[in-house]
Amino acid sequence: MPDTSPMPPGPLADVAHEPCVAKPDPILVADEVRRSFGGLTAVDVDHLEVQRGVITAVIGPNGAGKTTFFNLLTGFDSPDHGSWSFNGVDLTGQASHHIARKGLVRTFQLTKALSRLTVMDNMKLGAVDQRGERLLNAVFSALWRDQEREIEGRATEILERFQLLDKQDDYAGELSGGQRKLLEMARALMVGPELILLDEPMAGVNPALVQSLLRHVTQLRDDGMSVIFVEHDMDVVMNISDWVAVLAEGRVIAEGPPASILSNPDVISAYLGSDEGADGFLDGE
Amino acid sequence: MDEPLRSHATPRSLVCAVTAALLLGLALTLVSTAPAQAEPDDLVLAQSEDDEGSPTLLFGTFRNQEGPVEGIEASVSSEDDTVIETVTTDENGQWEVEVPAGGTYLVTVESLPEGISLREGERSTAEASVDEGQRQAVVFRLGEAAETAGFGAQAAQQLLSGVRFGLIIAMTAVGLSLVFGTTGLINFAHGEFVVFGAILTWFINVSAGVNLILATVLGVVLSGVLGAGVDRVLFRPLRRRGLSLFQLLVVTIGLSLAIRFTLLMFYGGSTRRYTDYVGQQQVSLGPLSATPRDLTIMALSIVVLVLVATMLRTSRLGKAMRAVADNRDLAESSGIDVERIIGIVWIVGAGLAGLGGIFYGTSLGVNYFSGFQLLLLMFAGVILGGLGTAYGAMFGSLVVGIITELSVLWFPDEIKFAWALGVLVIVLLFRPQGLLGRRERIG
Amino acid sequence: MDLISVAETALRSAFGPQAAFYALLAIGLNVHYGYTGLLNFGQVGFMLVGAYGVGISVATFGLSLWAGVGVAIVFAIALALLLGAPTLRLRSDYFAITTIAIAEVLRLLVRSSPATDLTGGPFGLQSVAVEFYAVNPLPAGLSLGPLTYPVAVTWSLLVTWTLVVLATVLVALLMKSPWGRVLRAIREDEDAARSLGKNVFSYKMQSLVLGGVIGSLGGVMYAIAGSTVNADIFRPQVTFYAYAILILGGAASRLGPIVGAVIFWFLFSFVQGFVRQAQSADLLPDFFSSGAIGGAALTLTGIGLMLLVVFRPQGIFGNKRELALDA
Repeated sequence: MPDTSPMPPGPLADVAHEPCVAKPDPILVADEVRRSFGGLTAVDVDHLEVQRGVITAVIGPNGAGKTTFFNLLTGFDSPDHGSWSFNGVDLTGQASHHIARKGLVRTFQLTKALSRLTVMDNMKLGAVDQRGERLLNAVFSALWRDQEREIEGRATEILERFQLLDKQDDYAGELSGGQRKLLEMARALMVGPELILLDEPMAGVNPALVQSLLRHVTQLRDDGMSVIFVEHDMDVVMNISDWVAVLAEGRVIAEGPPASILSNPDVISAYLGSDEGADGFLDGE
Repeated sequence: MDEPLRSHATPRSLVCAVTAALLLGLALTLVSTAPAQAEPDDLVLAQSEDDEGSPTLLFGTFRNQEGPVEGIEASVSSEDDTVIETVTTDENGQWEVEVPAGGTYLVTVESLPEGISLREGERSTAEASVDEGQRQAVVFRLGEAAETAGFGAQAAQQLLSGVRFGLIIAMTAVGLSLVFGTTGLINFAHGEFVVFGAILTWFINVSAGVNLILATVLGVVLSGVLGAGVDRVLFRPLRRRGLSLFQLLVVTIGLSLAIRFTLLMFYGGSTRRYTDYVGQQQVSLGPLSATPRDLTIMALSIVVLVLVATMLRTSRLGKAMRAVADNRDLAESSGIDVERIIGIVWIVGAGLAGLGGIFYGTSLGVNYFSGFQLLLLMFAGVILGGLGTAYGAMFGSLVVGIITELSVLWFPDEIKFAWALGVLVIVLLFRPQGLLGRRERIG
Repeated sequence: MDLISVAETALRSAFGPQAAFYALLAIGLNVHYGYTGLLNFGQVGFMLVGAYGVGISVATFGLSLWAGVGVAIVFAIALALLLGAPTLRLRSDYFAITTIAIAEVLRLLVRSSPATDLTGGPFGLQSVAVEFYAVNPLPAGLSLGPLTYPVAVTWSLLVTWTLVVLATVLVALLMKSPWGRVLRAIREDEDAARSLGKNVFSYKMQSLVLGGVIGSLGGVMYAIAGSTVNADIFRPQVTFYAYAILILGGAASRLGPIVGAVIFWFLFSFVQGFVRQAQSADLLPDFFSSGAIGGAALTLTGIGLMLLVVFRPQGIFGNKRELALDA
């Protein structure tokens, strides 16, 4: 397959542009992960490696199984078959909260801001290993007051970065859609993730906010985190991702740097066969 | 337990007085909260009525599988063992003793006719407390008659009762299931729709003297009107307000209390029967026996259920109902008037509930408090079959009725409903989508 | 008609034993529903195991009352674990139906005649609280305007309302803590809580146990106050009245359950007294049956519950701003 697109910089420079390819330093490795609903196979990923320290975009036509794949990786759904590991630790069959605590944290396509908690409470909730979250300690505030103060400090820092600090005492339900997306991302950072999975972070966000959200995502990478995100908007994908994996009908049909994907005939035909069509794909909608 | 009493300054009489005062307080509040003293149990026939100035009575009925038992001698004595009266049961198996005042009495079975015995483990003396001016039922359970049929015949007979009961639950449960299917609402007042139909029919039949068949027709129509009214006045506006699931559940609970206790205000706490088709002789059908009344009820129930199933499957209306249940938005966009369909679902569901209630009442008597018990059995049936599918509700209810009645072969009659509810819990744990339901995420 | 005496009686019930038991039930429900979003419709089951825990220990096995209270709490914890283990993963409407069914099964079992040796069956258990009244330190009953109670009632009221206050303080402290924050997060969206590394199942279970134990104390005090236990009290309606109280006072508010219980029992008793007087004065039309006294108050309870949950779902103390966010 002739490929004239420029090589991505950094660790992925020497990686072949083909599906299921091995990466030099994978943080996440999935093997033969399958999930079907009734007769319909939603996810059927033979092998996928996600490189550490880069932004990987997962794209694909509607119904390609992107969100289901996210749900499986993060323990929100259980696969019929398959295994995956994170930092070399097998995560297969682990409960979602264990997976989150190991540093693999996700956000949701439909934002899950905790409406009747304040923005600050949303943030504090993200911190792990809180002494005050144990029932027997909870009554005695002396046991957790210091830790709480430390968590609040961290939350304040992150809120400041996400320009939400002046909203800290508002209920999360009072924020705008875009602010909720920001809050959800900020809250996920409180968990201290190594790999963050963003499910359509730009969906439903006011275009004015998109640029600021994008900056936050690239900032995550620059801070040393690995990022996977699902996105429909091809402009966004071209803009910020270092590597793209394309899912169609549950399978990984292509991988490569963003530029190589646009010209990949398999990808174009996958989109052509879908509702969105190649136009949608090429227009970046 | 007498030790601390004697050794302590608190005299026994004070404790008694305190206890009595507290009991009285409780009687005024909790007991009136739950005036349903007796269960719809074959062995307990009457209710305590709270008429002031009326005599204080102890009473009861002796029955076994074959019906009331005559000639049982029982005595009522006060706590200090003075016998107040000795009575013998009449041809209806009933006895009644007027006691001088409220208090605790001992009722003893003195002698039993040949071939009749108390149920194994049943004590021959029972303690009964009755308040001044009240009637209190005293229950003794009789064993199987000496020459009872073999286990197979008994099982067949219970199966028949189970089918009868199951058919009635099925008829009432269809509405519960249809309403849930089309609106996602679990209607806790559905049991009251059942009782509403039964009690209105009682007034039409007994107070107004209309023949039961005509009264049934009127009762079903009025039940349908209730369903229409409840949807139009209450739930249609509430659907527009976009209440939470919890708010809607609480509204149905409030509605159930309002209907139930309004019925109590007019109908009173007793279990009563319709005028027609009482005291029928059982006819034998091979090893089985049943009254023509019960056979008619079963036949009619089957006809109604088949009609409903056919309607759902083939008629335009039925298809529209299923379409709304399947996907409301899709149904709306394909030109179905969803609100009209939901309105019809309420009318049909309430009408069927009323009819089921009338059949239940014809068979077992009418009271105001059976609704909730039936509701739990309907839940069991509906969930067993698969929530939201009308056929599932019918099938599940039939199973629930049969389990309930068959359990009596091995276990006490009083806990027969517990088995049905136990089945509900087990189904939810292992196959929450029900036996006929589609697998979807409910967990 | 003597409305003054009706009002006085109503005031006595507002602070009487019923209000206090129901306040405990409602505080427990507040933990379940108000803070965690668990639609527990079987709270009466916890009251039942509380009452029978004491009753069986004392009346059947002759243990001391204090041991009985311990047994009651153990029963409540066991019920919460048994109830929650399989059902906490179910959708909330299924959870509601399952809890109501399990509570009703418990009632049918304890009142059945085969259980007579253990639970007294349909006759219930008597002489449960002799020890409690033996240690009554009060010289005389309360007499504060219309609030007059006999000495023994005053003693049990004192203990019950003390428990109500302690439970309220405990719940308030817990809900202010990070632990309470996790519960509220689960109420809002359990998947979000999960994605942040919280073991949702475990927290729901802790909530079920805590609220269940508090509810069971209502049963314990019911058994002690009347010195008897009778299965027919523990009907499903009891849970519904507790919900009415919780909604009236305001779910997820600290004082909601107490204020709700006091107001509920005042109104309830007032309506009952009013109808009773109307009936004895022959003011009621003949077509009302003898059930009118209990029926009227409960009918109004039902109507009030509907109006309340539709038009003022935040109750008296609930936060309107918070409720408006219910997505």
